[in-house]
Amino acid sequence: MSTDSTDSTENTETTGTVDTAETTDDTGVRRIIEHAGIALVAALAAVMIAFITLYWLREYPVLGTAYEQFMLVGEHVDALAGTNVFRHPFMWQSMATGVLIGIVAPMVGTFLVHREMALIGETLAHTAFAGVAVGFLFSATTNWGISLLLSALVVGILGALAVQWLAERTNTYGDVPIAIMLTGSFAVGTLIISYGRGFTGINIESYLFGNLAIVTVEGARMMAVLSVAVVVLVALTYKQLLFITFDEQAARVARLNVTWYNTLLIVMTAVVVVGSMQVLGVILVAAMLVVPVAAASQIANSFRETLYLSILFGQVAVIGGFVFSVSMSLPAGGSIVVTAIAIYLLAIAASSRSVAALSTH
Amino acid sequence: MSSSSIVTLEDVSFAYGGQPAVQNVSLAVEEGDFLGLIGPNGSGKTTLLHLMLGLHSPDSGSIELFGQPVDEFDHGEWIGYVSQQSTQKSSTMPVTVREVVTMGRFAHAGHSRLTDRDREAVVDALETVGIAELADRRINQLSGGQRQRAYIARALASDTKLLALDEPTVGVDAESRDAFYQLLDSLNEDGITIILIEHDIGVVTDRANRIACVNKELYHHGDTESFVESDALEEAYGSSGRVVHHHH
Repeated sequence: MSTDSTDSTENTETTGTVDTAETTDDTGVRRIIEHAGIALVAALAAVMIAFITLYWLREYPVLGTAYEQFMLVGEHVDALAGTNVFRHPFMWQSMATGVLIGIVAPMVGTFLVHREMALIGETLAHTAFAGVAVGFLFSATTNWGISLLLSALVVGILGALAVQWLAERTNTYGDVPIAIMLTGSFAVGTLIISYGRGFTGINIESYLFGNLAIVTVEGARMMAVLSVAVVVLVALTYKQLLFITFDEQAARVARLNVTWYNTLLIVMTAVVVVGSMQVLGVILVAAMLVVPVAAASQIANSFRETLYLSILFGQVAVIGGFVFSVSMSLPAGGSIVVTAIAIYLLAIAASSRSVAALSTH
Repeated sequence: MSSSSIVTLEDVSFAYGGQPAVQNVSLAVEEGDFLGLIGPNGSGKTTLLHLMLGLHSPDSGSIELFGQPVDEFDHGEWIGYVSQQSTQKSSTMPVTVREVVTMGRFAHAGHSRLTDRDREAVVDALETVGIAELADRRINQLSGGQRQRAYIARALASDTKLLALDEPTVGVDAESRDAFYQLLDSLNEDGITIILIEHDIGVVTDRANRIACVNKELYHHGDTESFVESDALEEAYGSSGRVVHHHH
């Protein structure tokens, strides 16, 4: 998780005098907890990516042994916890996808929310839905079985570029072009699905509401590759994205290629949305881009802290939602989103309490 | 055009749709100038400034920044810009003063990590504008005057040669405003060229050494004394006499 390309706040602490030791101690502890949390998330992501890689390459000699060891550990965990989760590769796949969603969705969402582009994720999810429909029709009418997810990715990215094009022409990410894109692509999707229903049955509900069981081998692999790409890109362009998010005009005057970075951000959004759609479903996918960020923004003091807390909250929502969903046999998407909103409400309570504490101080 | 010209406009026109905003304006801003850009509401001041900075492309005419055609100009770190938008937006975005000022270094850093030199430039800029102790506060917890200083610090951190400000003191109390303009004066004395859009003509005639008075067309461009003696103001604002015109 090396997004710390501008860790100016860490290194230039100038107020470490004796008088202010107490307050800096306080923020110091908070910082240590946050950094430990991020390190934990990174470690978790590394384990999940390791699983996907080992599962992918288990035909090869050394990696096959490593994979068997991995699953052996899983059985032990199951035995210890009295669960029936960690011994199944398909559960690992779902968990891996979930953990990665919990990282990349809030990461991209931090920039989207503060650019007041919160609904772009929802729009691109509907575009991706049209992509699923296109892929489905294509597979049904030709002999080429193409991946629905790949089709969603391609159409989602095209949709992202279309939104960007509209935004450039209308000079804003206004809600009118967004509403048109959102409903328009969903309309096309429903038409294609109804038309294609004659050829073969499709379980469209899984894509609308998300389903742990539709995380395919291929879907998990795609999510792993895309997540690494998104994290690397955000780390490389953090400064530019921050500047543009805060003050687009000044960024333009500083000769940043604003159009290019805007396109990058929106394409990354499409990528994250398609990856997340498997678990969360079309309708709920935008929540992971927005809700953890909203919670983090309530209590964070800096943008970097917002980014870190968003990822932490996203991760807690995913894991909490998973546990709830598995134990209650309810859909994962809804469970994750409800957990995220609970965190958001807690954050509001925490921030209003700290304001009260300050004012009575 | 002399080599010390910071901005040169030649016969520049620009329209929004069919609505002309800037018509046939030619002017040059020289190094070390403190240019006050004035005109009635809707007179195209902000548009003219945007044209100078390359935020709009002119429909006709040519614009040069630091001797380069504006659309090829690539030394973003030489310009500090405090937009109307950035100062009037009551942003809820959690971002610290230090993070905002550090943005001034981004044009230098590109995609590489910030260096100790970048961090030093940020601390120096914060000290110059006198808000070093507010560095780790959220920018939206600052008063209007303090926030303006933070934006100036962002420009200073980037080693700016040209500072462009669009009505920077809207919503700032009188005392902070005086202090703010004193800061601009001292930056100008240090050799930074300043272009200031300001609705209070008294402030402009007090501080600026050059004045450009516009209402779509350029009514006056020259030193402040000749502006005060001319009829440019009445012509630009119309003869309605609504103008508050106080010199000191």
